[in-house]
Amino acid sequence: MNQLPTNHAFPTHNAIGELIRHLFPGGAVYINGFLTIASLLLLVSILPVFLIWLERKVAAHFQARLGPMRVGYHGLLQSTADGLKLIFKEVLKPEGADTFVFFLAPTLPATATFLVMTILPFDRHLQVADPAGGVVYALGVSSLSILGILLAGWASNNKYSLLGAMRSGAQMISFEISLALIMLLIVMLTGTASLREIVLSQNGTILDWWIFKLPFLGLIAFVMYMISSTAELNRAPFDISEAESELTGGFATEYSGISFAMFFFAEFVNMFVSAGLATTFFLGGFLAPQIGIGAIDAAFNFIPGFIWFFLKTFLVIFLYMWFRWTFPRVRVDQLMYLEWKMLLPANLVLLMSSGFFLAMGWIL
Amino acid sequence: MDSYIMIGFSVFLGAIFVGGAILTSKLLAFYTPAGQRKVQPYECSEEPIGDARIRFKVAFYIFALLFLLFDIESLLLFPCMKIFRAVVTDQAGGIGTSVLFAELFVFIFILFFGFIYAWRKGVLVWE
Repeated sequence: MNQLPTNHAFPTHNAIGELIRHLFPGGAVYINGFLTIASLLLLVSILPVFLIWLERKVAAHFQARLGPMRVGYHGLLQSTADGLKLIFKEVLKPEGADTFVFFLAPTLPATATFLVMTILPFDRHLQVADPAGGVVYALGVSSLSILGILLAGWASNNKYSLLGAMRSGAQMISFEISLALIMLLIVMLTGTASLREIVLSQNGTILDWWIFKLPFLGLIAFVMYMISSTAELNRAPFDISEAESELTGGFATEYSGISFAMFFFAEFVNMFVSAGLATTFFLGGFLAPQIGIGAIDAAFNFIPGFIWFFLKTFLVIFLYMWFRWTFPRVRVDQLMYLEWKMLLPANLVLLMSSGFFLAMGWIL
Repeated sequence: MDSYIMIGFSVFLGAIFVGGAILTSKLLAFYTPAGQRKVQPYECSEEPIGDARIRFKVAFYIFALLFLLFDIESLLLFPCMKIFRAVVTDQAGGIGTSVLFAELFVFIFILFFGFIYAWRKGVLVWE
C-alpha cells in the first residue's frame, strides 16, 4: 500500500486493475487514469441533472409545495427533459456581440470545474491526479470560471450582462481571498497541499476531523468556508449578479440554448466541487466516521469510502440549498462590507492565532 | 509528474466533452433566419440605446487591485505554510523557528498595514 504510484487511479486494487497491470506493466497508471477520467466525465454529465432536480425538490419542500412531479417518478426526469430541450434550441448571438468571445465564454467555467474535479479524492484510490500542490491548483483553476463570466458579460453587448458580470466578478474575486486564506489555514495545519494527504491527516475518530479538532477554530473556519464558497458560487443569499428584479439574467441574459445550459451545468458542478472541497478539508473526505465503538466502526468501515464522500458532499450541498431558502439576498455594498471589513480581518486573525496555537503545541 | 500528465489528459477530454456538447446542439438545433429584431440585445423590450461597452464604476478597478495584492500574498504564503508545521515541531532540518517567524511576521504585517491604509483612505467603502 505504501508503494503506490503517484497516481491513485481506482481499478488498481481490484481484478480489472490487476489484469491491466499484468497486460501493460508500464502504462497501467495511464490506463487507470484514463478509465477514471472517463467515469468522471460520466459523473459530470449526470450530476448537474440530478442536482437541478434536487434543488427544485428541496426548494419546493421548503415552501410546502411538491415541485416537479410529472416527468418520471417524482419528477426525476424533469431536468433531463429540460436539458434535452435546451440542446434543441437555437443559440442566438446578439447584434454587436464579439463572436469569438461570446462562444468561448460558456466553455471556460464548464472546463474549469471539470479540471478541479480531477483532483478530488473520491476514495483511497479513486482520484485522477494528486499533484503535490493540489490546493494551489484547485484555487488557480477554479478562478477560470470568473474569467468566463467576465468575458460573457463583456461580449454580450448588453448593459444588464455587463453590470451583472462586473458585479459577480467583483464578488467572486473578493471572496476568493477568504477562500484562499482558509485553504492556507488547512495547509498550515496539515503540513501538506495534496488533497489526498489532507484527507489522510484526519484519520482516526470523528474528533480528528479538522472541523472538530481545533478548539473552536476549526468550526469557525468551516463557517467561514461556507460563507465564502456560497458567495464564490454566486448562490443566494449572495446572488446579486443574478438578481432578477434588478439585472434580468445577469451575465447570462443574452445566452440561450446550449450556451446557457453550459453556464448552469458549470454552476451546479461547481457547487458539487465546493462541497467536495469542504468535505475534503473539514469533514474527513472518504474516511468513515469513527466514534470509538468497535462494532459500529467496523460496520462503517465496511461501507466503501466513495459512498461516505458522496454522503458528506450531499450533506454540504443540502446546506447550500438550505441557505438559499433561509436568508434574504444582501445588497452589493453589504456584500463588500462583509468580505473586506469582516471576513478578511477575521481570516487573518484566525490564521495567526492558529499559527500561534500550532507553535505552542496546543493542537494535537 | 504523473499527476500533471493526467491533468493534461483531463484538459483534453474535458475540452472534447464541452466541444462535443456544443457540436451536438449545433447539429440538432432548429435555426430560423435571424431578422433585425431577433438579434437585438435585450433591453426591457425597448430599442437599445447606444453601445453596451459603457464606462463603469472605478471601484471595480480598485477592488481588483486589492484582490491582486492579497491573492499574490496568499500564493506566496503557501510554501511557508506547508513547512510551518514541520518547522515548529523541529522536523525540518536546518530551518529555525525564528527565521520562519521573522519572515512571516514581516510579510504579513506589511500587508496588514497596507490593508489598514486602504481602509483609512476609504477605498473599501462601496457606495
